[in-house]
Amino acid sequence: MPEAQYEFFIDPSRCIGCQSCVQACSECDTHKGQAMIHLEFVNRHYSTQTAPVVCMHCDSPTCAEVCPADAIKKTPDGVVQTARKPRCIACNNCVLACPFGVPKMNSGAELMMKCDMCYDRTSIGKAPMCASVCPSGALYYGTREQIEAQRPRSMPINQFQFGQQTISTKVHMMVPRTAQPEHIDVLSAMHDHTSGHDIFLMMHDE
Amino acid sequence: MVKRHPVRKAILWGCITTISLAIMIAVGSRELAHFDAALVAYTFATLFATFGITYRYTMWLQRPPTAMYWKRGWQMFFKPQRLLTNMRNLFTRTSSDFAANRFIWKRGKLRWLAHWFIMWGCIVAVAITFPLVFGWLHFASVPGSLDSYRAYLFGFALFDFPVDSIFAFLMFHGLVWSSFAVIFGVMLAMWRRMRDHGAASVQQFVEDILPLILLFAISVTGVMLTASYTWMRGYAFDFIAILHAITVIFTLLYMPFGKFFHIFQRPAQLGATFYKDAGATSEQAHCRRCGEAYSSRMHVEDLISVQKQLGFRYEVAGEVEHYQWICPPCRRAMFVLAQTKQWQGNFGDQMFSSMHEQPAAPRFGNPVISEGPLGHEDQANLHF
Ligand code: HEM
Ligand code: SF4
Ligand code: SF4
Repeated sequence: MPEAQYEFFIDPSRCIGCQSCVQACSECDTHKGQAMIHLEFVNRHYSTQTAPVVCMHCDSPTCAEVCPADAIKKTPDGVVQTARKPRCIACNNCVLACPFGVPKMNSGAELMMKCDMCYDRTSIGKAPMCASVCPSGALYYGTREQIEAQRPRSMPINQFQFGQQTISTKVHMMVPRTAQPEHIDVLSAMHDHTSGHDIFLMMHDE
Repeated sequence: MVKRHPVRKAILWGCITTISLAIMIAVGSRELAHFDAALVAYTFATLFATFGITYRYTMWLQRPPTAMYWKRGWQMFFKPQRLLTNMRNLFTRTSSDFAANRFIWKRGKLRWLAHWFIMWGCIVAVAITFPLVFGWLHFASVPGSLDSYRAYLFGFALFDFPVDSIFAFLMFHGLVWSSFAVIFGVMLAMWRRMRDHGAASVQQFVEDILPLILLFAISVTGVMLTASYTWMRGYAFDFIAILHAITVIFTLLYMPFGKFFHIFQRPAQLGATFYKDAGATSEQAHCRRCGEAYSSRMHVEDLISVQKQLGFRYEVAGEVEHYQWICPPCRRAMFVLAQTKQWQGNFGDQMFSSMHEQPAAPRFGNPVISEGPLGHEDQANLHF
């Protein structure tokens, strides 16, 4: 056990879409050659905004609850592990049920694979691969004091709202200190396309 | 509803299978006439394992997601218009995934080699020992002919064969061959577990290492028994026999709890494939945010009902109705956009939400690195 309490803080608004995390993730020993982190263009037609998504390690993980094979286990330190290999029957329940859209399905191998917060690293006090390479600090692994000192305008939050369901997670997301939200209402973005700025080049007369 | 007494139901089924097996032992060995009294301990351990495995299996089947799959798996299999295709698929999948372990091959060649040898070694060993232990199968010399044996199944004469034939040699040494297979497989599995950093970080002793040690111990003590009476005039035979009995009995008692339970659980994999087949050809669910198809409507509706039974409240007011109707890529996008919204105004970021059309589906960033999607289902998940 490491002495200081290291935690995972994510701040997608800082993401610059550089793909470093994707590359680093695919070097992890527990899923060699395959990245478990998702990095997508939110709406490529309008903006360069990208969405880096890792497993949030829910306190009561929907993925594990809906698993018919009891294949997803949580460690005593709260990390929700990827499917246990002899158990997973590749039913896709977890892929469809995870509120954050995290698990991936490896069809030929009949095996769900997902981010396990680099358990081989974090269990011995090292940062996850993605956080160790992220140049923008969108993925940050450190102590609460460190993040507070470095991001005075933000605060971490770990409550997410999906309709009537509240999900609390081990991984924290950074939100503005001024807003002080109780939770993040994910469906509030239902009709949002993306963020950015319109640039009018005045190429043709209007 | 079955939900009220899950434990009682599991005990009941446990008793039914255990008593059935006990009756089969009594009848199959012709009122224990062919039952070897030295094997009493093995028999009781088997009866205990039968109870434990049935108990756990029944408990497991009563969990909401498992119950749903169990019901749907059979329904989809016996659908009249699909039955013929399903029968054919049952045959091909049993041979490729169960007999040949093709899907484990896809996970890794070393994993496959290890598993294939362990599995077949154990299947052959079980097929030989259990009928012998229960007295279902026994051999006796043919009256009036000293150099041939007669095989009896459930007390009925089956066939005769010469004592010194190759068949007799292979037959009477079947356990030796299966032990070699298991030892080879276990050594490969151990080798992988010791060298692979990924495996090393997540494996646990009781869950992952103990089963390998048990299989190794059973096989080695078994082979030592043969060695003792073949070449060493029975040196330490009794001691090795006790050691062997201890390893086998411990493994039988461990069966319902640990990793070996997957042997009984694994057939559920077939049910999942029939369910997916049926889903692929039926009505699709379209994401209520981006409009793209992402799964079968049946699967989404079944999941909604399972989540309700589990106590989740993903119901959403308005046209979405339930969060399950949103595709995984849109979930990822909304999760990020909901945070962006919080920052709006702080940095002058502008949300593009006033456009008339439906929000577009998010797109995978870069298919070139990290080998892209993991298969056709992952491809759909990424809206590739
Ligand atoms: C007598 C029968 C069987 C025995 C004794 C057996 C034993 C084992 C053992 C000891 C392991 C762990 C290997 C390790 O430590 O790496 C294992 C893993 C596994 N078994 Fe079996 N097994 C049997 C039958 C089956 C069957 C019929 C299936 C399914 C078709 C199956 C599917 C699996 C899977 C998927 C794994 C995980 C492999 C991986 O990805 O590493 N097993 N089994
Ligand atoms: S974020 Fe998804 S995959 Fe991770 S623990 Fe929660 S439900 Fe499971
Ligand atoms: S895909 Fe595997 S891990 Fe996911 S719910 Fe199904 S059996 Fe469980």
